[in-house]
Amino acid sequence: MNSLNISNTSLIFASVLIVIALLIDYKEKLGLGKDIFIAAIRTVVQLFVIGYVLSYIFKLDNILVTLFMVLFIIVNAAINAAKRTGGIDKAFSISLIAIGVGTAVSLIVLFVSGALEWTPSQIVPITGMIASNAMTAVGVGYRSMNASFKDQRQQVLEKLALGADIKQATAPIIRHSIKSAMAPSIDRAKTVGLVSLPGMMSGLMFAGIEPTTAIRYQIVVMFMLIATTGFSTMIASYLAYKSYFNDRKQLLD
Amino acid sequence: MSQPIFTLQDINFEADQKKILQHISFTVKQGELVTITGPSGSGKSTLLKIIATLLSETSGKILFHDKDINQYEPTEYRKLVSYCFQTPSLFGDTVQDNLSFPYEIRHKEFDQKRAIHLLERVGLDASYLDKSIHDISGGEKQRVALIRNLLFETDVLLLDEVTSALDHENSQIIRDLIFQLNQEENITVLWVTHNPDEFKEGTHQIKMVEGQIQEEYHE
Repeated sequence: MNSLNISNTSLIFASVLIVIALLIDYKEKLGLGKDIFIAAIRTVVQLFVIGYVLSYIFKLDNILVTLFMVLFIIVNAAINAAKRTGGIDKAFSISLIAIGVGTAVSLIVLFVSGALEWTPSQIVPITGMIASNAMTAVGVGYRSMNASFKDQRQQVLEKLALGADIKQATAPIIRHSIKSAMAPSIDRAKTVGLVSLPGMMSGLMFAGIEPTTAIRYQIVVMFMLIATTGFSTMIASYLAYKSYFNDRKQLLD
Repeated sequence: MSQPIFTLQDINFEADQKKILQHISFTVKQGELVTITGPSGSGKSTLLKIIATLLSETSGKILFHDKDINQYEPTEYRKLVSYCFQTPSLFGDTVQDNLSFPYEIRHKEFDQKRAIHLLERVGLDASYLDKSIHDISGGEKQRVALIRNLLFETDVLLLDEVTSALDHENSQIIRDLIFQLNQEENITVLWVTHNPDEFKEGTHQIKMVEGQIQEEYHE
């Protein structure tokens, strides 16, 4: 199936699926009707806008515009990750550094290895893929860190009382935070091809690329996601744990 | 005459606009056994945590060897002034994880001989090193927690009701160790206790009520 043109009529018919969801909501009294409706409208509007924007950027093929788009994605990912910090100081800056560095390192490795070309049609979607995964992972890391500081408060206090530095007192919490954030990427990599056919590979096959070629891209993507989630969460965790303490190395409430 | 090791000058502490400690002033001399008692909520534990630098006073000053405790690097100070909690929480998996931690933070190799020697002083043997922290009793946990503070030489021990949750036998073991450390090794001890017998053992006794010193007695 190489005909990749969905007509407006097809789109309208596909919206029957949303009607089904609304019917379920009505029957089960879920109270999600408004949310489903808004979500559907936002999907259509946002994707149409980004579709036309990307179309323009791809045609323009300008390095500055491409870099701006990369930055736009990273800043948005950082804003969203920062919302999940639960009161960590300088959450946006920490998330921006973590996601920015993680994304940049992955992009550089992909360029150097020759897996990626400097064209907007490759850079922008790959950046989106990396940054969104880094965003989710950093958010999971923050949540894990918050929970651990609550659960292990007494242990951290005991270590401080023994003369441990804040990093020594927090080492297991940082480790757990990075592990929790990386676990979904690792699990996904273990089950890829067995449980799911991921987006990148499916998209390429949809576009008529041979599965044996499509999987090569998917392998690169899986490696990239494991590395980025690990790297971004490590940076975020090491920058964030300090905000649980004051300058007298006391654990804050 | 012993030199003052601590001088507390008009210590006040407030939390959530509530006065927890008010105008606390006293001096502790090297080698003293200071016992502090008072009803629950009288601010005893808060005072001990401030001396341990786990909390900061709202106003006032504490001198340790004539130097403001806030001028010490907190981690170095806490290695000299060791705080032991009322209900300690052991960390890691085994007793050894706890006893090796003071070595890790000093980047030194674990001295197993010293750890076993201290375990034996509190009635536990070498086999306890490999025991899971989930397989030992509350009294044994308290003993392990106390010797965790003693693996390296310390100037001062701050004890926050360390025998309050223990049975008679375990309490006696801990008490004997505290007296030995104070009398034989000249470690200064500040000991918060509800137990009148323990309180009477102090060479310097302080009674607190509603965040203030009500009575103070020096031997």
